[in-house]
Amino acid sequence: MKARVFITLKNGVLDPQGKAIHHALEGLGFSGVNDVRAGKLIELDLADGTSEREIEEMCRKLLANTVIENFRIEPLEHA
Amino acid sequence: MNSAVIVFPGSNCDRDLAVALEQVSGRKPHMVWHKDSELPDGLEFIGVPGGFSYGDYLRSGAMAARSPVMRAVKDAAARGVPVIGICNGFQVLTEAGMLPGALMRNARLSFVCRPVPLKVENSQSLFTAQYEANEEIVFPVAHHDGNYQADEAALDRLEGEGRVAFRYLDEVNGSARRIAGILNDAGNVLGLMPHPERVIEPAHGGSDGRRLFEGLLETVAA
Repeated sequence: MKARVFITLKNGVLDPQGKAIHHALEGLGFSGVNDVRAGKLIELDLADGTSEREIEEMCRKLLANTVIENFRIEPLEHA
Repeated sequence: MNSAVIVFPGSNCDRDLAVALEQVSGRKPHMVWHKDSELPDGLEFIGVPGGFSYGDYLRSGAMAARSPVMRAVKDAAARGVPVIGICNGFQVLTEAGMLPGALMRNARLSFVCRPVPLKVENSQSLFTAQYEANEEIVFPVAHHDGNYQADEAALDRLEGEGRVAFRYLDEVNGSARRIAGILNDAGNVLGLMPHPERVIEPAHGGSDGRRLFEGLLETVAA
């Protein structure tokens, strides 16, 4: 089975990379962008039967730094 | 002083720290590899050095913080052994949960590499006892992820408990309240982005860092 983990900065945490991307988009003439937040996507290939609780533990212990980041788990169909 | 410097793949200030410790204390530190799960007996000080452990993969310090040796470092810190984390070492200590907050990408995204003036905010700690209160000193910085962030309550707590050890005099990297270095609640763990080990003799262009190690040595010897 596979799962995707999306890691994003918490609201209110300044995102310098998102800001730079925003400026670059404006520089390219895309004027309709209100804000940009950059994050990470981590794809996990897991043993069948891995529980969502275990994936959550992986996020809390390593994949996300919960001081500044949120995570969202998206289980995918059996591949 | 019986000391140890932890070495991760990608550490690059471990030798500078070892030289600083040897020059000040007259004794070479143990160099401890990250895969070791035990530390040498009778350690009086542990240094977590700067560099780019694990290539800064995932987040700066994230991998190193979960390496076997860090469990032993945590245990030692809990027993009261003084621990300092410099630059990447500071990132490792926050990722390991030994210090609050997180170090994010510099606010202007650029790598900052220059001497910076600092104010000694707490001159009573076991690392800073040789400095005057509010003394201005200069340590070099060299980092990409030195932007210290924590929630307002955590920042207020650090300030209220005198746990901000060093503060940048000027804007350097976007750090909340210009925090450059902090102490844990017991006062025996210090994390800072600037490099005291790079300014221990006049040939380095300054020697303000020397007193940090001298003060530590004095405390340990006492």
